[in-house]
Amino acid sequence: MRAPRGEIWTGRILLLALMAVTILPFISIFMTALHPSNTVPNGLEWPADPQWGNFVEAFRVAQMPKTLASSTFIVLAVVPVSLILSTMAGFAIGMLRIPGASALLFLFVFGLTLPFPGIIIPIYFLERAMHIYNSRLAIVLPLIALYMPFAVFWMRAHFVNMPSELSEAARVDGATTWDLFWRIHVPLARPPIASLGILMSIWTWNQFLIALVLVEDPTQRTMAGALGYFQGHYATDIPLLCAATILILVPTLVVFILFQRQIITALLQGSLKG
Amino acid sequence: MTAPTRIESDIDVETLGNRPGVHMISRRAHFSKRVRRETIVGWLFVLPALLMYVLFVLMPLLLTILYSFFRWNGVGPMTWVGLKNYVTIFQVPNLLGTIKNAFWLVVWFSIIPVGLGLIVASVIHRVATGRLGAIARTVLFLPQVIPLVAAGIIWGWLLALPGLINQILRAVGLGAITTAWLGDFDWALPAVGLIGIWVLLGFCIVLLLTGMTKVDPALYESARIDGASWFREFSAITIPLLRYEIGVCLTVTVIAALAAFDIIWVSTAGGPGNATSVPGIQIYVLAFTQRAVGLASALAVMLMVLVVAVIIPIQWLSRERAL
Repeated sequence: MRAPRGEIWTGRILLLALMAVTILPFISIFMTALHPSNTVPNGLEWPADPQWGNFVEAFRVAQMPKTLASSTFIVLAVVPVSLILSTMAGFAIGMLRIPGASALLFLFVFGLTLPFPGIIIPIYFLERAMHIYNSRLAIVLPLIALYMPFAVFWMRAHFVNMPSELSEAARVDGATTWDLFWRIHVPLARPPIASLGILMSIWTWNQFLIALVLVEDPTQRTMAGALGYFQGHYATDIPLLCAATILILVPTLVVFILFQRQIITALLQGSLKG
Repeated sequence: MTAPTRIESDIDVETLGNRPGVHMISRRAHFSKRVRRETIVGWLFVLPALLMYVLFVLMPLLLTILYSFFRWNGVGPMTWVGLKNYVTIFQVPNLLGTIKNAFWLVVWFSIIPVGLGLIVASVIHRVATGRLGAIARTVLFLPQVIPLVAAGIIWGWLLALPGLINQILRAVGLGAITTAWLGDFDWALPAVGLIGIWVLLGFCIVLLLTGMTKVDPALYESARIDGASWFREFSAITIPLLRYEIGVCLTVTVIAALAAFDIIWVSTAGGPGNATSVPGIQIYVLAFTQRAVGLASALAVMLMVLVVAVIIPIQWLSRERAL
């Protein structure tokens, strides 16, 4: 790294400025959240008397325990099922290379380009007919399906790189396809499965449109869905809205800070592959 | 247990997967009966994923196309109207306007973040290593992990009349131009675009930076020795060698722009008037509040065609290096 001194400093200042621009909005809503409820403060103004009670109030009004439980339930239902389905499909397409594998891959990859608003209408009518509308299942089932293009593509990318000698050796020892999958390849595929799991958890937590259309009760929605509902009802009480937004962001931020390396790598790899 | 056999490279995946012959030869060595059983077992592995995908993605896709030829309020009988819904979209300015707005959003969500991202990344790529670089990566990625709804709410407040943006403008003596940005007919769309830039710029920068670290530093060294200017270096080395990463950034951000819903719904709900209405918003409003399911479906079909039509050339232009 023998860059000229001036260039290094320009770079550093630019970097710090960008970080400031990214962080400032969070600081602004944090300060706003501490102002008395139903007042309209300035964007960046430390309150004379910080109202920490706003967070308690927002916690109560937004029914946080129920909302958290609902979001967690949805994540716990969607992510493991999606991981199992996509790992199996990725294994068959990438490792077993079944006839029609490339057509299947194309079919799944095609789904990556579909904008969700494009297919939401029939999903709504389908779920009414299936009598799962307005339940958590209404969010869970379509989400699993929506993740399949990316998840299958991701897992196939792992399996297609695994040496086939491994499978052949196990075959000689009389392993069935299921043994091969479950005892040999799934343990070896732990890193990509973990990254995929993290990605899908964040995406699920943040789903909005699907919750808005398919579930009326905010306590049966995802975190983002509940926040959208809250905004619809408390849009005029800015400090309380900011407090609720922060509360909803806290779990995401904690998870992000704990797993930042994995999350960033997974998101970058995810988009580079897709 | 160590697994040194795992290949870490991701971009070569395509080429390896398409290597013909490798699996065919090993397959021919087996007996056909066993091959048939393996095929069935293999398809059983794909079946659950495929079933879910067909039921909740492909079937809805076909149904959307089907609905688009009918007039239907969602409850009563469906009336076949042929292409009339599509004609309506082209005739009603508010509906066609959503497509126009979607293209404007591409400028804000895609072209500006990718262009700005390229410039910023090329300036900071020498300092973006070490401790500062690691912190910067985390910070710049923050908007990418929070719900878009939260981004919409946060910026809805920042762009409000007493919000931070106007506060800053007043502080630097531009108090005269302060306005409620999201409620202004002329400024609402650029204001929504600004939210998109905030969400997507960090992602583009970090992705482009990882691409730049893969470029052989010797290339930059020799360009410098030859006395190449920053711009020359940028246009002759950075852009061509980062074609793949640029393509990825464009693809991700263009889909985010054309399929935008969350940010706009919570910040402006398409308003004022239809100033920020995009296909996603209009599809929702038409189908679920105005009960014009057929018309909404026609707009949905147009949206999907639009995305594919924009994505294919981007992929086509950026893929050459990867293959």
